[in-house]
Amino acid sequence: MSLKAFHIFFISVSTLLAIWFGVWGLRSYFNRAENSLILVLAIMSFIVAGVLIVYGIKVFQKLKTL
Amino acid sequence: MEIPYTVDAHPETGLHNSKIGIWLFLASEVMLFGGLFSAYILLRTGSLPGVWPLGSDILSVPIGTFNTLVLIISSVTMVMSWASLKMNDFSKYKLYMGTTILLGSLFLVIKIFYEYIPKFSHHHFPSTDTFYAIYFTLTGLHGLHVLGGILVNLYFWGPGSKLWKTEPERFSNRIEVAGLYWHFVDLVWIFLFPTLYLL
Repeated sequence: MSLKAFHIFFISVSTLLAIWFGVWGLRSYFNRAENSLILVLAIMSFIVAGVLIVYGIKVFQKLKTL
Repeated sequence: MEIPYTVDAHPETGLHNSKIGIWLFLASEVMLFGGLFSAYILLRTGSLPGVWPLGSDILSVPIGTFNTLVLIISSVTMVMSWASLKMNDFSKYKLYMGTTILLGSLFLVIKIFYEYIPKFSHHHFPSTDTFYAIYFTLTGLHGLHVLGGILVNLYFWGPGSKLWKTEPERFSNRIEVAGLYWHFVDLVWIFLFPTLYLL
């Protein structure tokens, strides 16, 4: 496996983690009454997941030309 | 005698020497961390009900989250440094590789000064209980791997980068191999973070 392929795989796994962490944060905030920092982190995590998806698509197209 | 397949791929494997070497090494690393993850699962499932602590109750989730972000960004800069070499832009390579080194160092500084030292000051050591034993083993071993990656990257950023002038293709291959290792270390953390901090 090349660095290109491994990077795409890594970004995919990171995106899944970001989404999962967002869900975990929301559930912790509403079910376990965690402090509001967890809610902020959860929202930021969903934003990071979105950024990673956009980045993943762009870098996939860019790395294909290398 | 010149060593064959340092730059060109071997006709049978389709890979050059260093790529075969790094994947064999990473396979051994998968077994090392896989064994420790298995130990974690067995220790946790074997503990008495209610005894095993919830990671988010005793570890700092915000610090762990920030460190995860640091490593994800460092993977991006690592691949950018390799891509810069492929585009014959050595100054950008230096910039991205330097950033990768700084981000890796930042991860370790946060880990030591904002996680380990406060834990020790509260008398939480590997000998305290089974959770802390596996926590310090897994994160400590991972931290050593990050340190190893920083040292290798530092070499390729500094004295090792002279190879670019004489054998640019071989140097690019070396950076690709270093990048594969760096990505593996980051991927281990992507699994460690939810396992230890969230579950």
